[in-house]
Amino acid sequence: MTAEGETPLLEAKGIVKRFGALVANEISDFSVRGGEVLALLGENGAGKSTLAKILYGYYTPDAGEIFVNGRQVEIASPRDARALGIGMVFQNFTLIPALSVFDNVALFQKNLPAVVPRAEILERMRRYAGRFRLAVDPWMQAGQLAVGDQQKVEILKQLLAGARMLILDEPTKVLAPQESEGLFETLAELRAEGLGIVLITHKLREVLACADRIAVMRHGRVVGVVDRREAKEEDLLALMFGDKPMQLPPPLLDPAGRHDRGIRALELVDVSSSGGAGQTPLRNISMKLQSGEIVGIAGVSGNGQREFGDLILGLQRPDAGIKLLWGEDASRWSVAAVRDKGVASVPDDPLALACVPGLTVRENLVLGSGERYSAGLGVDWRRLDADMNRSFARLGFPRPNLEARAATLSGGNLQRIVLARELAQQPRLIVALYPTRGLDARSTMMVRALLRDMRDRGAAVLLISEDLDELFEVSDRLLVLFHGAIAAEFTPEDFRADLVGPLMVGATEQSDAA
Amino acid sequence: MRLDGATLWACASARAKGFAFVTAAALGVFATLLVAAGKDPLEAYIDTLTYVFGNAYGFSELLVRMIPLMLTAVAAALPARIGLINVGAEGQLYMGAWLATAGALALPDLPAFVLLPLLTLLGFVGGGLWALVAGVLRALRLVNETISTLLLNYIAPLIVSYFIFGPWRSPETASYPQSPAFVEAARLPTFFHSRVHFGLVYALASLVLYWLVMTRTRIGLDMRAIGGNPEAAQRLGIPIIRYILTVMFIAGGVAGLAGMAEVTAIQGRLVSELSPGYGFIGFLVSWLAGSSAAGIVTMSFLFALISSVGDILQITQGVPYAVVNILMAVILFIVLGRHSVGSVAR
Repeated sequence: MTAEGETPLLEAKGIVKRFGALVANEISDFSVRGGEVLALLGENGAGKSTLAKILYGYYTPDAGEIFVNGRQVEIASPRDARALGIGMVFQNFTLIPALSVFDNVALFQKNLPAVVPRAEILERMRRYAGRFRLAVDPWMQAGQLAVGDQQKVEILKQLLAGARMLILDEPTKVLAPQESEGLFETLAELRAEGLGIVLITHKLREVLACADRIAVMRHGRVVGVVDRREAKEEDLLALMFGDKPMQLPPPLLDPAGRHDRGIRALELVDVSSSGGAGQTPLRNISMKLQSGEIVGIAGVSGNGQREFGDLILGLQRPDAGIKLLWGEDASRWSVAAVRDKGVASVPDDPLALACVPGLTVRENLVLGSGERYSAGLGVDWRRLDADMNRSFARLGFPRPNLEARAATLSGGNLQRIVLARELAQQPRLIVALYPTRGLDARSTMMVRALLRDMRDRGAAVLLISEDLDELFEVSDRLLVLFHGAIAAEFTPEDFRADLVGPLMVGATEQSDAA
Repeated sequence: MRLDGATLWACASARAKGFAFVTAAALGVFATLLVAAGKDPLEAYIDTLTYVFGNAYGFSELLVRMIPLMLTAVAAALPARIGLINVGAEGQLYMGAWLATAGALALPDLPAFVLLPLLTLLGFVGGGLWALVAGVLRALRLVNETISTLLLNYIAPLIVSYFIFGPWRSPETASYPQSPAFVEAARLPTFFHSRVHFGLVYALASLVLYWLVMTRTRIGLDMRAIGGNPEAAQRLGIPIIRYILTVMFIAGGVAGLAGMAEVTAIQGRLVSELSPGYGFIGFLVSWLAGSSAAGIVTMSFLFALISSVGDILQITQGVPYAVVNILMAVILFIVLGRHSVGSVAR
């Protein structure tokens, strides 16, 4: 149903996809035209990725028809999709790290002859790279590329394989601001070339910056397709969230509960760690964190953020230097000892890092509480329930079904469980590692508001994030991590992407100021 | 923790399916072989079943076989809960028997009420330390526990052989390699004038304790957390290395009890052919039972029955006992195959 009457590149009609009783997708009509960037916007669990995976042949829909260039097709596998000119760039890249960029691209080509026509492929790589700003050294090992360059290779290999339509799943999640700009320029070039682009995202700003049309999804349906020229932020939000007003958690500020300010909670003195295989070594890190303050850690992912958080939580030990918690040398403390002192951890991907999928919610709530709820050899479930009910109520979360297996909960709900557990004992130091990654807009605002509230109650908060907007919004101070070292420190008056961004990719302060 | 009806039913029906599958496979393979040998399978089955269930002796022999199977199955099930694969119950059984024998030969003058608890302890420690070798290697991230427990299985019977050919060789039966007979005080009591021995109490106690610990205690919760998501467990401060070492020691100890019971109750001395592969069958039992305590009892029963049937067929129909080993290998392959296909599909 294109207004201009032209045949859309891809059209999907009456798509239904169920997972058990859950209807993940119910889409009456969805189309992508050549020469446009279509943004697929929606909160987490709205069904964006499901739709993308149906179009790429990962899932077979239970009902519905798909047309490519007006011809009805069946896409039973990613191979079929590629044959039809549909390419997808996943959130987790699918490059083979041990092979070179060239090998990765060549391997992906259809009907690659037994003797690889190196010169021809190289020539085409060079041509495409020049035209679409995707220049990467073809002989670099893919695993050694920066994340932004890996993404370029992903796009390049799809283009060389003849993709006429590209689906990008949350492509900016792993990029620094200026890298995102670069990606948008590439997308603009591809659009000019007549490709159809589907950009999956939940960031409104990106959508308004580079999309031609915006399809908003909610509860598995496309609830509206808006032209960018007519799109207003409020309208899009209303579409994303339906009639429900955006709810912020009730303010927790309780003056009676305030702790003393200005107590040094965490101090790192010249800390270095070698890190294991696949880890970024930390180099000579010195920093201080006081109660009642939020320190943000900015950086492109893979520059030592996870190692930094792990070091504070006691998962890694410093090889050199000292880690002090409330003035005590905590360099050699176990994770349990660190947690016992009042350190809470809110990681991203709760299902992988903070919950055990096979256990019930109640069992997950007791994990990590040390001996607090022990009753003899067993667990004092009644006391746990009482404490957790109080914690859920205080955070304004609905009380979950405690008997449900954690694996059955959505990402946002799991993050609530983790927050309720971690914040139940009034932690004095909170280490938040990408706490809003993968959360929808509402859950994100909730988490940010919570971190600020905990700060106001006197907790020290370390916020590690890739999202500069988030860091600017929440932090009292900002440190930039680059190649495992602290590259710079910023105070709120300098919280600007054009100042912080270059340091995230290794520019020095001086050259930037000039 | 609290199971609702549906989950219980799902567990029970899955176990019933496994049970039915193994029974059908066993009966089918045996029947094929019997037909090939020109015998009537139905008649052979009726013969064996009346023999096993028709009199007290047949049934008591079934129980005797179940004891080491249940113990070695617990030895496999316990590490499985924290994601470790212990295929070394056979070797742990031998080392438990070995250390218990050392005690029985060194302290023949102690009264039974002191000696038997001591031998039990020695059997436990012998198997436990043997498994702990694999546990330490795993905790240091040097060798995967599946490999090390498997290889340790080959060493343990050789250690036993060395002692019964050398230092402990019995002077009375010099032509046959075995240790001297144990004194009466070192013999584990038996029940009802049969060979069913006190090891049955060890087996049932191990199963009950295993079930209680896994479902009712903090320790069981921690273990299930490690098995379910080691990364999260570590981040939540659960001491994984301590659990690996403790669990491996206890699991090996339980297998060691099986060995101790075999030498003190059944053999009355240390012999080289102590176990017809109890440790391996126990592993199979634990896998088929899905590590559930009740499942271990039913599967042990089934496998004890299969090996009894093999025995009887050998005597009455002249079918070699190796058939049983072939059958169990086939079942193991099918079980492992089905599991890995499942995980690839996910």
